[in-house]
Amino acid sequence: MNDKSDERIRELLKQALPPVRYELQRDLWPQMLERLQTRAAAVPWFDWALVALLAIWLVASPAIIPLLLYQL
Amino acid sequence: MPALEQQSDVLQQFARGELGAFESLFRQYQGEVYRWVVRIVRDPAAAEDLTVETFWRIFRAHARFDPKRNFGGWARRIATNVALDHLKSARLSVPLEEDPPAGAVQDPAIQQSLRQCTERAFSMLPAKLQSVVTLALIEERSYQEIADALGISVGAVKVRVFRAVRMMRKQLKQMGVEP
Repeated sequence: MNDKSDERIRELLKQALPPVRYELQRDLWPQMLERLQTRAAAVPWFDWALVALLAIWLVASPAIIPLLLYQL
Repeated sequence: MPALEQQSDVLQQFARGELGAFESLFRQYQGEVYRWVVRIVRDPAAAEDLTVETFWRIFRAHARFDPKRNFGGWARRIATNVALDHLKSARLSVPLEEDPPAGAVQDPAIQQSLRQCTERAFSMLPAKLQSVVTLALIEERSYQEIADALGISVGAVKVRVFRAVRMMRKQLKQMGVEP
């Protein structure tokens, strides 16, 4: 940034996009907590994969269903 | 208990994934993270969501955090990545309605046109160059600070600034503006 042209670009930038001086207006913790709870409640993909495997197994071997029900 | 020791305890508890320690760090650093993010994305509303996203990533990465490290610096680096991801997906920065700084007064129509051309040239920069230009040339942060936040060397920051200025000059020339 040492020639006039570069300095001019810096000036143009500062005029078009002035520095921002924003402060946080509110506490974001409630939003954060909501996010944490939503994600915590979400079922992990691995659990869905297990459910899918179980479903496939039951469809492939329906004879096992009465045995499973008896065990329950 | 001295403040430094207390902070060290909080950092260790956070690294173990304790929610109370995370809340304490969140409350301590949310303002700082927000100010950093809003500088890069230039959108106060988006910056709030991105601050939460930053802390969400921080929380997920708690096990990788070394309590001997500086939490603020680590948070800033994650915030920079989050802001960059936002810029990449948005590819458009929303200009804030602020008065331009007092400077040489020109014909308002010419000034307006110049501003629009500059904004356009800026918006055409890749996100990683946009963020460096914003921090180095608009916000006037030090190269070292930018390098730390981006996880790159000071030399790499200088190269990005140089490339961004060269690209902007080229774009402005194509728009008929001789910088």
